[in-house]
Amino acid sequence: MHNRSLPELSRALHARDISSEDLTRHFLNRIATLGGDLNCFITVAEDEAIHHARAADKRLADGDAGPLTGIPLAHKDIFCAKGVKTSCGSRMLDNFVAPYQATMVERVAEAGMVMLGKTNMDEFAMGSSNETSYYGPVRNPWDRERVPGGSSGGSAAAVASRLAPLATGTDTGGSIRQPASLCGITGLKPTYGRISRYGMIAFASSLDQAGPMARSAEDAAWLLGAMAGFDPRDSTSVDRAVDDYPALLGVELEGLRIGLPKEYFADGLDAEVEKVIQAAIREYQTLGARVQEITLPNADLAVPAYYVVAPAECSSNLSRFDGVRYGYRCETPRNLEDLYKRSRGEGFGAEVKRRIMIGTYALSAGYYDAYYLKAQKVRRLIADDFRRAFASVDVIMGPTSPTTAFRLGEKTNDPVSMYLSDIDTIAVNLAGLPGISIPAGFANGLPVGLQIIGDYFSEARLLNVAHRFQQATDWHTRIPPGYE
Amino acid sequence: MEWEPVIGLEIHVQLATRSKIFSGASTAFGGEPNTQACAVDLGLPGVLPVLNREAVAMAVKFGLAIHAQVARHSVFARKNYFYPDLPKGYQISQYELPIVHDGEVEIETEEGTSKRIGVTRAHLEEDAGKSLHENFHDMSGIDLNRAGTPLLEIVSEPDLRSPEEAIAYMKKIHSLVRYLGISDGNMQEGSFRCDANVSVRPKDHEKFGTRTEIKNLNSFRFVERALAYEVERQIEVLENGGTVQQETRLYDVDKGETRPMRSKEEANDYRYFPDPDLLPVEIDETVVEEVQASLPELPDEKKRRFTQAYGLSAYDAGVLTANRELAEYFEAVVETAGGKPKLCANWVMGDLAGALNREGLEIGDSPVGPDRLGGLVRRIADHTISGKIAKQVFEAMWNGEGDADTLIEGRGLKQVTDTGAIERLVDDVIAANPTQLEQYRSGKDKVFGFFVGQIMKASRGKANPQQVNEILKKKLSA
Repeated sequence: MHNRSLPELSRALHARDISSEDLTRHFLNRIATLGGDLNCFITVAEDEAIHHARAADKRLADGDAGPLTGIPLAHKDIFCAKGVKTSCGSRMLDNFVAPYQATMVERVAEAGMVMLGKTNMDEFAMGSSNETSYYGPVRNPWDRERVPGGSSGGSAAAVASRLAPLATGTDTGGSIRQPASLCGITGLKPTYGRISRYGMIAFASSLDQAGPMARSAEDAAWLLGAMAGFDPRDSTSVDRAVDDYPALLGVELEGLRIGLPKEYFADGLDAEVEKVIQAAIREYQTLGARVQEITLPNADLAVPAYYVVAPAECSSNLSRFDGVRYGYRCETPRNLEDLYKRSRGEGFGAEVKRRIMIGTYALSAGYYDAYYLKAQKVRRLIADDFRRAFASVDVIMGPTSPTTAFRLGEKTNDPVSMYLSDIDTIAVNLAGLPGISIPAGFANGLPVGLQIIGDYFSEARLLNVAHRFQQATDWHTRIPPGYE
Repeated sequence: MEWEPVIGLEIHVQLATRSKIFSGASTAFGGEPNTQACAVDLGLPGVLPVLNREAVAMAVKFGLAIHAQVARHSVFARKNYFYPDLPKGYQISQYELPIVHDGEVEIETEEGTSKRIGVTRAHLEEDAGKSLHENFHDMSGIDLNRAGTPLLEIVSEPDLRSPEEAIAYMKKIHSLVRYLGISDGNMQEGSFRCDANVSVRPKDHEKFGTRTEIKNLNSFRFVERALAYEVERQIEVLENGGTVQQETRLYDVDKGETRPMRSKEEANDYRYFPDPDLLPVEIDETVVEEVQASLPELPDEKKRRFTQAYGLSAYDAGVLTANRELAEYFEAVVETAGGKPKLCANWVMGDLAGALNREGLEIGDSPVGPDRLGGLVRRIADHTISGKIAKQVFEAMWNGEGDADTLIEGRGLKQVTDTGAIERLVDDVIAANPTQLEQYRSGKDKVFGFFVGQIMKASRGKANPQQVNEILKKKLSA
């Protein structure tokens, strides 16, 4: 049951071959029996899940069901789900039960999907390995001594190990695509503004974007359709019709123009990873695509610009966690300053504090122009690079991450090396473009992700390009040993 | 040495929108603590602000009314600092690109000349909540009802040269925002409050002295007193050879003095940056034109019209147009009275204003409406009653005893204008006072007044005084 695609599950539910309750119990059972040492979930919402599955079964029985009704999924613990603990992977919110529902959570609930629980993540989405979580690291189901990537590591590992058929994630600098790559699943980061950010706990507001994580592009297309759309409660969401993504999956790739940025195939790229990517490109050529080398001249500025903009915004976004109204509060504060200092000092982990300090510095009087303003200018240069590239190609391809999954603890003491694991994904966020990572093969026995970047609001094309590849290959059907 | 004060004001005006500037919660005053604060106002994780278009329209209105530039593109920024009543740890405000800039208003100085005061900028921002330190289980409580209330911060140029000018400017802005209907201007409830920047310099010097900022003044009287105190204090410091410290000061209402805030409270680097949750505010020409067309007649224009159309003095026109309700009341009186604007003005500014003052009422609460006062003026104008009788009628109207015509009719107050009847009265009074008649005829003109008084008394005030005069003069000289 857990290896079936979303359309297969949907058909079975509508045919009443299975009930949503059975399906939900099946996944809850897998989480309980197989999920333990992976640590994918912060909260398993068993009672709520059964309750919603029964409601979905009623809708199915009443003929009031849509294609997603009754399908279980897991939400990254960054989305507020009313009445459920929403921790954002932090001690700061360990006691926080969201009193309201995120727009995206509301939308998929209205479509009848059943939330299994909330997945583990890097604290406040700040990390590339899921090791900064207050709830401990998630393990990669392909090798439990390795990281699943981050920050949506819990979602990626849960989908890869078939603990959930689908999951949601967020991507600020690669947090959907990089763990998708390292866990061998499909993860899409949509255009900035495609999915409402209301109720998604902010890390870096101008970069954060929610997206679907699934075993295939086809499943992701269905989930994206339910997540996307304009939301009057989010001023940065875009009022633009949502494409019928599943309907557009089948378009032939004959004549598709693929750009390969030479900067994405430079030093630092693991040779085995490169071989897998090149093989995937050849596969596209056999599918009728034409390949050309392109250049993104400002690619090397993406990581430095990101590590100014993202911390700057996070330093302000995380100011609300002050121990006054909700969240962690230190014991017996002596006065207001003590309350602030100890609540924040004890409630936040080291990486979060590091970024708050970097961001506070970058925004300080006398440094603002040199750092924040400069980084914003670099963002425009990077966006211009892509604009020029999309004048001559339809999609851009390259590795999602320069390496396969690294060992737990390998990079925790070297933040810069950790930051560089997002070197291929960050520019996409800075430009606000959509990008998808799909399984392209294996290197050193571990999954490798191919990243496909498209122009603004070209999610339908990205899913189509990914789907055609998945029709021709079976990398996305590989299951980590022990989770069959 | 003669010193000259240099003053600039930052006025915070609470805008009269129904909901908050970035959320749908109500802005009504006086609710139980935290009952008018939604998820957005509480700064819960994940919430986002959405700009209230009504607040933008109000800011544009103000900009046009002070002949300012309305920015086609303005930006909300975050002002970052920690305070318990600031739920997000930052205030959303406008910093580098405000919605309104480079305007001016005209004030009248003590000498009666007019002076232009520059308005540097006016920007939109959200208010913070309130900390409650008393009667709260020995802790501090936070009330976030006010958090997110829309404010327009209006920053003047340092063009004001005395506390009196500062008050005149503040009153002008107060009158303007009420005319525009963008604020109730209620100072007790904090809807209109100001910070003042003050320095002094030797008269004729161009360079400004070091300034201090006095925070959170919430009445015209306190502003005037605080400024007067601060100007004197700075002069004294300088005359004793000292230097003024640039600092923020608070006005102590009880002691009538300003004193420095703890320096820690102001040692903030606000780390302003554009709020990534909000798009820039784009205002196109059609919006500006629509707002322009919806502008009411403003005090300066109205005053000009009152002097020209009604022939009122500049002073009377100024008093009557100082607030929109009073001006509207006056015009309604004139309309019912069928003209006689000067007489109407006298009644509005005289008996009516006196009665309102006596009972501490606003014009909107007057028990005598403009129709009734107009009806009274009409009867004075057509000589149905004398001015003296009119005062009686006004008192009766004030006490809710009916309108002018009913009272005049019911109480027989109609003026006697029948020449025969007045002649009979005059004859009777002359006949009853032979001694006074003798005196008058021997040249004592003053006795004329005695006769008038007696005749009016005999008529119980109802005889037309002009006719009495004429007939009496004729009879006495006969």
